[in-house]
Amino acid sequence: MDDPVLLSRIQFAITVGFHFLFPPISIGLAWCLVVVEWQAWRTKDPHWRDAGRLFARILALTFAVGVATGIVMEFQFGTNWAEYSKFVGDIFGAPLAAEALFAFFLESAFLGLYLFGRNKVGPGLIWFSVLMVAVGATISAFWILAANSWQQTPAGFIINETTGRAELSDFMAAVFNPSTMPRFYHTMMASLVCGSFFMAGLAGYRLRRDANNEADRKALKVAVIIGLLASIAVAFPTGHVHAQQVAATQPTKFAAIEGLYESEKGAPLVAFGLVKDDPPDLKARIDLPIEGLLSWLAFGDAEAEILGINHFREKGVGTPPLWLTFVSFHNMVILGVIFQLAMVLAMIQLIRKKLWTSRRLLLAILILVPFTLAACQFGWVAAEVGRQPWVVYPSLTLDEWTNLPAAELQAKVAEMSLLTERAASQSVTAGEVLFSITLFTAIYLALLALYLFLLFRETKHGVAPLEPGSTDASDPHGKAVSQ
Amino acid sequence: MSLELLQTIWFLLIFVLLAGYAVLDGFDLGVGILHPLAKGDTERRIGLNAIGPVWDGNEVWLLTAGGALFAAFPPVYALFGEGFYLAIMLLLTALIFRAVSMEFRSKVDSPAWCRVFDFTFFLGSFLAALLLGVALGNVLRGLPIDAEGKFVGTFLGLLNPFSLLVGVTGVVAFIMHGAAYLAVKTEGGQQARMRKLIVPSWMVFVLLAIAAHVYGWFEVPHLFEAGLGRVMPFIFAAVLLVALVYIPIASRKHKDVCTLFATGTAILAAFGAVGSAMFPVFIPSTVEGGMALTAMDHSSTKLTLTWMLGIAAIGVPMVLTYTTFIYWTFRGKTKLGEFAY
Repeated sequence: MDDPVLLSRIQFAITVGFHFLFPPISIGLAWCLVVVEWQAWRTKDPHWRDAGRLFARILALTFAVGVATGIVMEFQFGTNWAEYSKFVGDIFGAPLAAEALFAFFLESAFLGLYLFGRNKVGPGLIWFSVLMVAVGATISAFWILAANSWQQTPAGFIINETTGRAELSDFMAAVFNPSTMPRFYHTMMASLVCGSFFMAGLAGYRLRRDANNEADRKALKVAVIIGLLASIAVAFPTGHVHAQQVAATQPTKFAAIEGLYESEKGAPLVAFGLVKDDPPDLKARIDLPIEGLLSWLAFGDAEAEILGINHFREKGVGTPPLWLTFVSFHNMVILGVIFQLAMVLAMIQLIRKKLWTSRRLLLAILILVPFTLAACQFGWVAAEVGRQPWVVYPSLTLDEWTNLPAAELQAKVAEMSLLTERAASQSVTAGEVLFSITLFTAIYLALLALYLFLLFRETKHGVAPLEPGSTDASDPHGKAVSQ
Repeated sequence: MSLELLQTIWFLLIFVLLAGYAVLDGFDLGVGILHPLAKGDTERRIGLNAIGPVWDGNEVWLLTAGGALFAAFPPVYALFGEGFYLAIMLLLTALIFRAVSMEFRSKVDSPAWCRVFDFTFFLGSFLAALLLGVALGNVLRGLPIDAEGKFVGTFLGLLNPFSLLVGVTGVVAFIMHGAAYLAVKTEGGQQARMRKLIVPSWMVFVLLAIAAHVYGWFEVPHLFEAGLGRVMPFIFAAVLLVALVYIPIASRKHKDVCTLFATGTAILAAFGAVGSAMFPVFIPSTVEGGMALTAMDHSSTKLTLTWMLGIAAIGVPMVLTYTTFIYWTFRGKTKLGEFAY
């Protein structure tokens, strides 16, 4: 363990992976609460209001951990990836600054109003403040994904020949690079899946204890409707469009996630396989029995050629770790199918008005909550590991990837990309990174334990019902204000 | 707009963001450092809830400063990250503890549970304030940067006497500022005790600031040489002096809001004086023949700076509008409601 680059990679994976457990919940839950608070405002029904009060507390808890762990991200590019920061700073910094300015301020300011303002402002403004939290979180997702997408499919830049650094040439092209919108839509839908399963799971947990609680029924209903729509949309159209974009712009990643070793015309869709990295091998491969399905899905043409891993190896350009990319991607897909099934069942039970008492289904949804987060992590691993060995993926056309002779392709790839191993900070030592990894791992494990403990405690206790006609100024801890 | 003008504007904006952070999160951190002085659970909760709706937004100023530095001056951001590696990791730890302590503390009604998070809230606040001050001290003093712009120092090198002095001065400034904020937001005995704290902390702050200046005269002569030849540092110094003279006057008359504005103005003016004296240097080099990092030599391209300025021109007025609205909504004394910590 004396390689600072490897350690920095591990640290980044730990910190961003842990952080990324919370924003999908916050984003999805915030949008669910927008519906709940709207109903609370328009119908004046106290059950809607109670549903909002409970999940607002849970949003606050989730948000706090998300914010706390997110601060790390804003500085880690400089601390651990200083060379990367210098190479891409002209382009990569702007979305981060825009995210802070347009999103972080908005969500944190209105979250303060949403959580602390119930006895100061009316239900209309409470709805508006949670709407602003949801909008802020969504804008935040957009800018950070725009930055990440630029690493994946860089656009709107030139390489300065004297400094060797990437320089902005077209801001809009850089922000709306080929993968920004597909990634954004797909990630937003994934966040809605996480948030709605989360709300449905916790409401179901409460209904399993008391099936007659009207507030929990309302929360569950909202969550199931949003959850069904989102778990369909995360696959089709958003997941499909995102995969098509990967096929067109990141052929090495596409070959790895689909487990394609030899280039094939009319390629089949691999449903299962046991992957070996070295030499590249796929044992026990099971294809879906539809000819040319992958070619058709990727390019809308069942005869289209798809480049395999060996094509790139023969040309002498880098390919990503195969096992991790393939397995992560397929786990994500399988989980996505399970989410759809669960939500379809829940919807059927909802229509039959039997959902409140479907104890096993409610338990299943609760158990699936961590798996929705796992699916996000798998998708993210497939995207980021699939990008390797580059931190900034070479921006070449599919035609160039396919037809350039080996030497020319290698030269072009080297010119238009940055290898991850060259991106790390040079004056930071392995010992320092090891120290910070240990520190963050310890803190994050403690945070996770505390978060889960408090989450279940809050969910179990719920919120005290309000006196009829009272404002929300009561004190759940029973501590009178003595002044 | 010329590149030089854009670089100047962005140098200015970075200092505005940092000063904004120091003024706004400054009282949050101060409240955290003063947390152990609160008597009883109710007082502690009032202190937490006084900053409850706003601390998160205040911390965003630091994130925005980080993002803006990355966007406008990438090599400075990169060197800052590398050079302050362990210090930043400790700062992040402190900020994490602070943030979650507030949220976690209120969720379980047990004295032992609360004590744990009272302590981590205090410690996180104190450590964050100290580290920020020490970092500022090092920026003023300069870092060991070689001729190629590489950081060649160590973590222990950051803990030099001058920077530690600046760090302690910063902690005391935040204590004064936090006490002024709590004097506005609290009532009764808690308010009286906070008011009594302001003048003593003001005295300590003035003494430490004088010490830092005297020591700095010898330790960071470059700053004084550059600053003495300019008008702006004198204007900011004058504002700082007026604010400092006014703090004990306003405090004795129990004009709490005026005191708070005076402590805030003092912090802003201090950043203004420092920034205008340093311009265009972000981080001087302490190595013979080393490279100083400046706004003119280490910025992004003109196109990026122009787009960023457009983003700031749209974003900053929006942020100021709703931040003002939130502060206005939560004006007056802090009460404990259902959603209170």
